[in-house]
Amino acid sequence: MTHDMRADTIRLSGHDGDEIEGYLARPTDNGRHGGVVVIHHMPGYDEGTKEIARRFAANGYAALVPNLYWREAPGASPDDAAAAARAKGGVPDDRLVGDVAGAATYLRALDGANGRIGTIGYCSGGRQSFLAACRLDLDAAVDCYGAFVVGQPPEGFPLQVRPVVDLAGSLSCPLLGLFGAEDQYPSPEHTAELTRALEAHHKEFTFHTYDGAGHAFFSTDRPSYRVEAALAGWQEIWTFFGAHLA
Amino acid sequence: MCTYQTRTIPVRGSGKGATGWFPVTEASVYFDHPVHAPDTHTLNVDFLRLGDQTVERVAVELDPGSARALADAILASLDEAPAELRSTG
Repeated sequence: MTHDMRADTIRLSGHDGDEIEGYLARPTDNGRHGGVVVIHHMPGYDEGTKEIARRFAANGYAALVPNLYWREAPGASPDDAAAAARAKGGVPDDRLVGDVAGAATYLRALDGANGRIGTIGYCSGGRQSFLAACRLDLDAAVDCYGAFVVGQPPEGFPLQVRPVVDLAGSLSCPLLGLFGAEDQYPSPEHTAELTRALEAHHKEFTFHTYDGAGHAFFSTDRPSYRVEAALAGWQEIWTFFGAHLA
Repeated sequence: MCTYQTRTIPVRGSGKGATGWFPVTEASVYFDHPVHAPDTHTLNVDFLRLGDQTVERVAVELDPGSARALADAILASLDEAPAELRSTG
């Protein structure tokens, strides 16, 4: 069913108690709902990500997008804020985890919250979703083509992210991974490496790799959009969150 | 993929952004996802003035061939200019 919903720009307490902006979309019925922290991609806290939050609300989840670049440029357009954050070195992993924790706390406190929280992220957000699920106590996590969960980023550049596969033993919840077979970062080989790490730690996970799709296949406003993979991927998300957040 | 590649250097000059001319103090160059250009990856240049919590920006996204041609044109223009006129920088 399609839930009636409302969407608002809110303030939440993030890492170090900093007040940051967020976009909250939630069903307006009197039922109990799970919460989803939607982690925006590197291009920023943009309209595409807010559409994703509204999609979750329409499907019965309270979804909150913390603005990870709020500190760098409050009130700036999403791409300007992203550029400022990029020039200053990007979002540190600890700060990301703190902001996701703050978003989870906010969601758990909502009227009608059932107390279950998941994360979902795309691209850089996919890595961050995995990271958050290894550092926080969550109920489900979705990694959409997150690069550098395994593997090494190019050397010598100021904006660096470190692989986080070494945290796999701390994964706190079931993990859904959605990948494109034509993607190079992460490649099918990278996905296989992550699979081995999760199996070694006896973690619950499900991965799907879609033929004919590369990186960013969920992005409806980019040339990378792939209809079949995106539709199939969304169905996997509903099944997964339905099992763990409902 | 997000390449995460970024070079940010101090620069001196002016740029015209959304609200008019401003002093440019940094430039970021990176080959990564564009926001507007219809490609999966472009050579992106941000001409910036970064404050503590502010940003002014002129942004450009170019396909790789265009970016190389622009780089060559920039260097050629500098080389062709009379030496006495390009003594700064």
